[in-house]
Amino acid sequence: MSSSPTASSAGAPQSGSRRGLLALAIFAALLPLALPNAYTYEIAILVGINAITCVGLNLLIGYAGQISLGHAGFFGLGAYGSAILASRYGWPPLLSLPVSTVLVGALAWLVGRPILRLRGHYLAMGTLGLGVIVSIVLATEDRITGGPDGMAVPPLKVFSYAIGGEKTWYWIIAAAVVLAVWLAQNLIESPRGRAMRALHGSEVAASAVGIDAARHKLHVFVLSALFAAAAGGLTAHYSGFITPSKSSFVHSIELVTMVVFGGMASTFGAVVGAAVLTTLPQVLTTLKEYEMVTLGAVMMLTMIVMPQGLVPTLEKAIAAARRKPV
Amino acid sequence: MLAQYLLAGLTVGAIYALVALGFAIIYNASNVINFAQGEFVMIGGMASAGFVEAGLGLPLAALLAIGCATLVGILLEKFAVERARGASVVTLIIITIGASILLRGLATLVWDKKIHPLPGFSGEQPIVFAGATLLPQVVWVIGVSALAVALVWWFFNRTLTGKAMLAVSHNRLAARLAGISVRRVLLTSFALSAALGALAGILIAPISFTSWDVGIMLGLKGFAAAILGGLGSGPGAVAGGLVLGIVESLGAGYLSSAYKDVFAFLIILAALVFLPDGLFGRRAAERV
Amino acid sequence: MIARLFLAVLVLPLAVFAQEPIRIGAFLSVTGPAAFLGDPEQKTLELYVEKLNAAGGVLGRKLQLVAYDSAGDAEKARAYVKRLIEQDKVDVLVGGSTTGETMAAVPLAEAAGIPFISLAGAVVIIEPVKKWVFKTPHTDRMACEKVFVDMRERGATKAALISGAGGFDRSMRAECLKVAAKNGVQIIADESYGAGDTDMTAQLTKIKNTPGVQAVLNCGFGQGPAIVTKNYRQLGITTPFYQSHGVASKQYVKLSGDAAEGVRLPAAALLVADTLPAEDAQKKVVVSYKHEYEKRFNQEVSTFGGHAYDGLMLVVEAMKRAGSADKAKVRDALESTKGYMGTAGVVNMSATDHMGLDLTAFRMLEVRKGDWQLVK
Repeated sequence: MSSSPTASSAGAPQSGSRRGLLALAIFAALLPLALPNAYTYEIAILVGINAITCVGLNLLIGYAGQISLGHAGFFGLGAYGSAILASRYGWPPLLSLPVSTVLVGALAWLVGRPILRLRGHYLAMGTLGLGVIVSIVLATEDRITGGPDGMAVPPLKVFSYAIGGEKTWYWIIAAAVVLAVWLAQNLIESPRGRAMRALHGSEVAASAVGIDAARHKLHVFVLSALFAAAAGGLTAHYSGFITPSKSSFVHSIELVTMVVFGGMASTFGAVVGAAVLTTLPQVLTTLKEYEMVTLGAVMMLTMIVMPQGLVPTLEKAIAAARRKPV
Repeated sequence: MLAQYLLAGLTVGAIYALVALGFAIIYNASNVINFAQGEFVMIGGMASAGFVEAGLGLPLAALLAIGCATLVGILLEKFAVERARGASVVTLIIITIGASILLRGLATLVWDKKIHPLPGFSGEQPIVFAGATLLPQVVWVIGVSALAVALVWWFFNRTLTGKAMLAVSHNRLAARLAGISVRRVLLTSFALSAALGALAGILIAPISFTSWDVGIMLGLKGFAAAILGGLGSGPGAVAGGLVLGIVESLGAGYLSSAYKDVFAFLIILAALVFLPDGLFGRRAAERV
Repeated sequence: MIARLFLAVLVLPLAVFAQEPIRIGAFLSVTGPAAFLGDPEQKTLELYVEKLNAAGGVLGRKLQLVAYDSAGDAEKARAYVKRLIEQDKVDVLVGGSTTGETMAAVPLAEAAGIPFISLAGAVVIIEPVKKWVFKTPHTDRMACEKVFVDMRERGATKAALISGAGGFDRSMRAECLKVAAKNGVQIIADESYGAGDTDMTAQLTKIKNTPGVQAVLNCGFGQGPAIVTKNYRQLGITTPFYQSHGVASKQYVKLSGDAAEGVRLPAAALLVADTLPAEDAQKKVVVSYKHEYEKRFNQEVSTFGGHAYDGLMLVVEAMKRAGSADKAKVRDALESTKGYMGTAGVVNMSATDHMGLDLTAFRMLEVRKGDWQLVK
């Protein structure tokens, strides 16, 4: 697997992470066999979109040791950017999506410089504030964004053939998830990635070794924003409709929860966290009025029992079981 | 006009101050941001409304409500935070987020999803003061908040328990070596924060009602105020709350009411960029 | 062999009687910021599905209600609508308490070809007309028009708006700004407040100090309007004050207390069912619904529950006329609804009008001594 919590500053063997990636790709390819109808496809797609955002966010939180409580803002901006370019300015979505993603990345670069001078809880507040500002602006400028009730988004078109339907989109999103994980792993194992992980240990120590902390923090911040914006754009064209709630503070908290739940400093943890916390509310809906209580209880119990998150704890358990003499 | 805006800002600022103080107290004792802080406010308001609707008089209902919230705070500390000791700060934050969801869910089960009023402590007749009109409840809000803050200050600076809590926040190991029970301090901090939050909820409910989800926004603003004032500083939290309330109100009055929250957050962000540890924050030494 | 034939003859009629129920799919905001829309809506649907089943069902088949709580979230609504269409295989959709949730569901209903009756307010739901989408509540545009007409009758031509941040609030505000001039009213102040705000005196002070304001309209629902109302009286503003149909429930009056005295709002006749004159065409329907709901749930009736009642009954009525629960036939029957009397008013649908109400469906009410009174 890509990393274990005790060795977060050491590199994991290449073969381990490549195996994990292959497993993920095979799983994604075989999953449709288990999905009976369009509703389950929709859930799978939602999981994939959250996974892309969380993989990016995990780079920031788990590996670089920063925090962002406003990442849904980037998600929402990516979604609205592509939606507005496509529907109000008539751009083809195949163009508006990447352009919107890049624009959000540029914004993250502009905003990241001053914001990343903050540390710890102050950074949390800074990013939280940014996220809230974005969601309020998106909801208030109704002439451009359609206001709190949202706006319709034209579908993705390839040579004037509209891409719609859950099954087609499933493959698009599945490919995007595999790509996202591959990109993340490449970064983590590169020299830049090691510099980033050194930051997590201690910024002062890293600087002493010659690592430009501010520059690396900014790069990871922008990268994670790009992931989120791309995921947002994809959601917009898939759903055909977006609302400002996608950029809300509540959604930002959900994303951080998914990352921590799955296991920080674990790319697959981010994917697993997204999967569990996206499907769980759907499953719990049968409990009707007990859904909220159960969700809260599950979150608390899991973090109390597995404080390092789902995947690292399971990894350790499996490793411990393997070490036991037969 | 200015007087009216300032008064409105002071009222809501006092509530933010109480919530922020709750954040600061728990943070000082445990380095944890308790995202369920807003829910203590909600419990204070909803429990009082529930007791009043069941026929109890307001003072008794308020006391019982504060007691309920304190109990919830203690339970939260015992069963969630204590069990997860040694976990990273982020994990603890997620636990408190889970707790806030759980508490909101419980609120919809124990009470309901409706909005509930609470009778004003001394009626609804507006008072005119310095060119502004205010509800009598506003006097209660500002007065009782000030009293609560004064009591908290006295507690931390003049009583042994309070000083012990301050000691833990300065240096946990040294405090333990001096014989202070850190566990007891944690428990007290949660109980105190819960009580303060509940008090805020009871004070504001006659003006702006209460429902199962009032905690979300108030928790968010209270957290912002605590950070603005400098996390871990009691006076900072109070100052942060008042500043936030007044900035919001002035922004609504003189600039654009639709964007008043945006102004408030922009001001906070600007303040943090120039004062990265908040208004009164201590510069924590980072050990390498 | 004969025994088997015998058994088959016995079993066949039983199989015919044990027919598939007609499934009504609902997605409502039972929790969340729009809970006081979704809660009475769900209760109403449950109550009347039960009553209809007790009376023999529809077309000899039982009705089955499959309801989910979308909590005011458009994304959740989308997922639930997918679930209702694909997994629960419902025959018709009733729901979408808020406009956001409805609009998220519209493309799904259109693609799947399933009749969908929305319970939300904004005019954008049925304008432009969509083949499979209908709605029962009055539009926010109609509410604006009704209020402006009443303002003119009281001699007010310059008005101020104060609106919340929610979808309903902003949508109604936009409609009011659009149709004000056509109705002879000029909007000279336009203030807003946020979702969790506890004090609107700043915004109201600005309005109070704007010269020439002759009436004030608050577009909002939830606790915001109640706080605005209390602040209004606190500041001693005496200008005529209007609320929207978003607060057409006793809870608004309870929360605002004495401050609500004299406030006017457009609402369905349901709220004043008992005091309607006997010859009022709506009297029978609204009185019956009010009594049934209040008897069962021990809770004051609200117009939102009434919209759910209308939605369900329109569907049932359309199924009876179409003679089947086939989606296309039901859709056609819905579109040709004429003269149906609901809690909101008389409904006359057509290919270009998928709501069917006109301005007479809205009554102007005034709050007097904590109760609703019809303004003649």
